[in-house]
Amino acid sequence: MANLSRLSNLTPGQTATVQAIHVDTGFKFRLNALGFRIGKPLELIRIAPFNGPYHIKIGNTEVMLRQQDAKMIEVLM
Amino acid sequence: MKRIALIGMPNAGKSTLFNRMSGASAKVANWPGVTVDLLASKLLMAGEMVEIVDLPGIYDFHGFSDDEQVVRHFLCNNSIDLVILVANATQIERQLTLALQLQTLGLPAVLLLNMADEAKKLGIKIDEQKLGKELGYPTALLSAKYGEGYNEAYQIIESELKKSKAVPTLTLEEDFAVDQQLEDKLEKIVRHSVSAPIQTSKTLTEKIDHITLHPFLGLPLFFMTMYLMFEAVYTIGAPLQDGMAWILEAFRDAILVPLLSSLPPLLYSFLIDGVFDGVATVASFVPVIVLFFLFMAIIEDSGYLSRAAFLMDALMSKLGLDGRSFVMLLMGFGCNVPALMGTRTMRSRGLRLLTMLVIPFSLCSARLQVFVFMTTALFTPDQAPLVLFSLYLMTFVSVIVTSLLFKGRYNSNEPFALELPPYRFPTGPQMVLRGWHEVKHFLRRATKFITIGVVLVWFLTNMPFGVEPASPESWSGWLGEFMSPVLSSAGINPELTVALIFGFVAKEIVIGALAVIYGLEGSSLMQGIAQQIDWVQAYSFMLFTLLYTPCLATIATLRSEAKSAWYSVLAVAWPLSLAWVVSTVFYQTARFLGY
Repeated sequence: MANLSRLSNLTPGQTATVQAIHVDTGFKFRLNALGFRIGKPLELIRIAPFNGPYHIKIGNTEVMLRQQDAKMIEVLM
Repeated sequence: MKRIALIGMPNAGKSTLFNRMSGASAKVANWPGVTVDLLASKLLMAGEMVEIVDLPGIYDFHGFSDDEQVVRHFLCNNSIDLVILVANATQIERQLTLALQLQTLGLPAVLLLNMADEAKKLGIKIDEQKLGKELGYPTALLSAKYGEGYNEAYQIIESELKKSKAVPTLTLEEDFAVDQQLEDKLEKIVRHSVSAPIQTSKTLTEKIDHITLHPFLGLPLFFMTMYLMFEAVYTIGAPLQDGMAWILEAFRDAILVPLLSSLPPLLYSFLIDGVFDGVATVASFVPVIVLFFLFMAIIEDSGYLSRAAFLMDALMSKLGLDGRSFVMLLMGFGCNVPALMGTRTMRSRGLRLLTMLVIPFSLCSARLQVFVFMTTALFTPDQAPLVLFSLYLMTFVSVIVTSLLFKGRYNSNEPFALELPPYRFPTGPQMVLRGWHEVKHFLRRATKFITIGVVLVWFLTNMPFGVEPASPESWSGWLGEFMSPVLSSAGINPELTVALIFGFVAKEIVIGALAVIYGLEGSSLMQGIAQQIDWVQAYSFMLFTLLYTPCLATIATLRSEAKSAWYSVLAVAWPLSLAWVVSTVFYQTARFLGY
C-alpha cells in the first residue's frame, strides 16, 4: 500500500518516489536540475549526526539536503 | 576571432577539458563550484586562432547565484561561435536538460559526455550517435581527465567550428515555463539511447562513505586526516626548507658576495642584506608550500570536501553558516582569495557576507610559512607539529566566536542542497600542474609584494644615513618604539612589530622583513630570534599573525565581492581587534601562570 509522506519522514535505507516539491521557484529549479523530478525514485542513504543533512541518492546523483528542506518534498512510499 | 564557450553543470569537468585543450592550469577539484569566474585562453584550431572560454558551472539558465550570473552576463554580452556542452555521462538523465535549453536558445553546440570511464564502470551504455541525432547536436563520449576519446571529440569540435557562424548575443529573458515539455522530451531521448542497469552493486564510493560518513567515527576521522596532513607537511617540509635555505645561502656566499663586493657599502647592503636575504628567506619556503598544495590537491580532488560539508553542516547551521562555508574555510588554508570567490555559489547575501567575514581567519599557506619558521626556531621537533595544529584549531575558534557575534546581522535561511560526487583521484600530470601553478603564484607575488616589501623594510632599518641598521635611531626603530605601547602588552617586541606592519601587505613579507631587520638569514636567523624571545612571546606573535588584518589581496577581494565599503572596514577592523585581545590575553595569562 503506497502512502503519501515527506522525504524527512523516511528512515535510512528506505526508498520512495517524488510526488510534489513545495519550495520557492528558484530552489525548485535547483532541485529539478539535481534530479528531483516528479515520479523519480529516490533512496535515503543516511542522516548526518546532530540532526544534520539527509544524504539522498536520486538516479546516479547523490545529494545532501537539510531536514527543513527535505520536509518540503512530498514522496510516495 | 572565433569564440568557443564551455558550458555545463558544476563539476562536469569543464575546467579539466579546458586545461587539456589549451594547456592552461585552471584550478580543478572534485567539488561543484571551483570555477566561479571566466577564464579564457587562445589556441590554434582548424587553422585559425580561437578563443576558448571556461565558464562557471550552471544548473540551468534560470540561475541567480553570483557564479551563475557570471555565465548569464557573459552570454548576454559576447557573441559565441560554438558551445561545448560538457555533461557528466553517469548523470545524463538530468544533465541533458541544459542541451534542450541550449536548443531553445538557438545556440550551436557540440555535446561532450564526459567521465565516460565512470559510466562504463557503472554499466551505463550510451549510443552517442543516436543521442546526437535526436538532439541535433554532434555528440562524443570522452574522459577529459584520462584523455580517452579526446581526439575524436576534438575533431568534432574542429569540424563544427568550421561550419559555425557567430550567434548574436542573447537576451536570456527566455521563459522556460514549458519545462515539463522539455522534461518529457528528454526522458524519451534518454530512453532511446541510454541503457543503465536497474540494480547496481555497491560502488566503491558507497563503501568508502560507509566509513568516512559514519555517525560516530566520521568527524574524528576527518580531523585525524587533517592532523596527519599537517604533521606530514611539517615533518617532510621542514628539512626541505632547511635544504633550500642552505642552497640559497651557498649561492649567496659563493657567487653573489664576491660578485658584488666591489660595490659601495650601502648599495651592497641594499642588494645583499635587503633584497636577496629578504626574498631568499621567503623563497626557502617554496618547497613547503608546494608540498602543502600537493596534499591539498589530493584532498580537493578526492571529493572528501563534500563529505566534510556533510559532516559539519549541523554545527555550521548553529553558527548561521552552512556546509559550504566550512569547505571554503578549508580551501582558505591554501589561499584566502579563491576561497572568498568560492562563496559566489551562495545565493543569500547574509550567508555570503558572514562566510566571507570568517574566511580570513583561515590559516593560509603564507601564514603557514611564518609558523613553520617560528615553531622550528622556538619549539622542539616533537612539539612543533602540535603547536602548528593548535593554530589551525585557533582558526576554528575564531570562526565560531565571530559567527556567533555577527550571525544576527548577517542572517539567512537559504536552502542547502549540495552534491556528493563520487571519490576520484588526481592524475600525476594534474599534480605536477598544480605544484607548478603554486610556484608560479609565488614568483608573481615575489616580484610584486615581497620584493617591494623587503626593500621598504631595508630602507626603514637603514635610514637615516649612517645609523646602525635596525638600531633604535633608525626609522624602523622609531616605528617599533612608537607602536610598542600597543603591542608590548602582547609581548611583541619592536622588531616583530615592524615585521607585522609589513605583513599587512602580504604575510610572506613577515619572515622576509625579519631577515632584513635582524640582518641574518636561514638557520642563523632562527637562532637569533630564539635568543631574543621565548616561546610565550613567539606564540603570542603567531596568534597575532594568524588573526590580524588579512593581506592586501584578500582585502581587495573582500571589497570587490561584497561591494560595500562599510563591510570592508568591518572586515579589517574586527580581525585586528580580535588579534590584539587574543594575543594579549594569552600573553598575560601565560606570564601570570609563571611561564
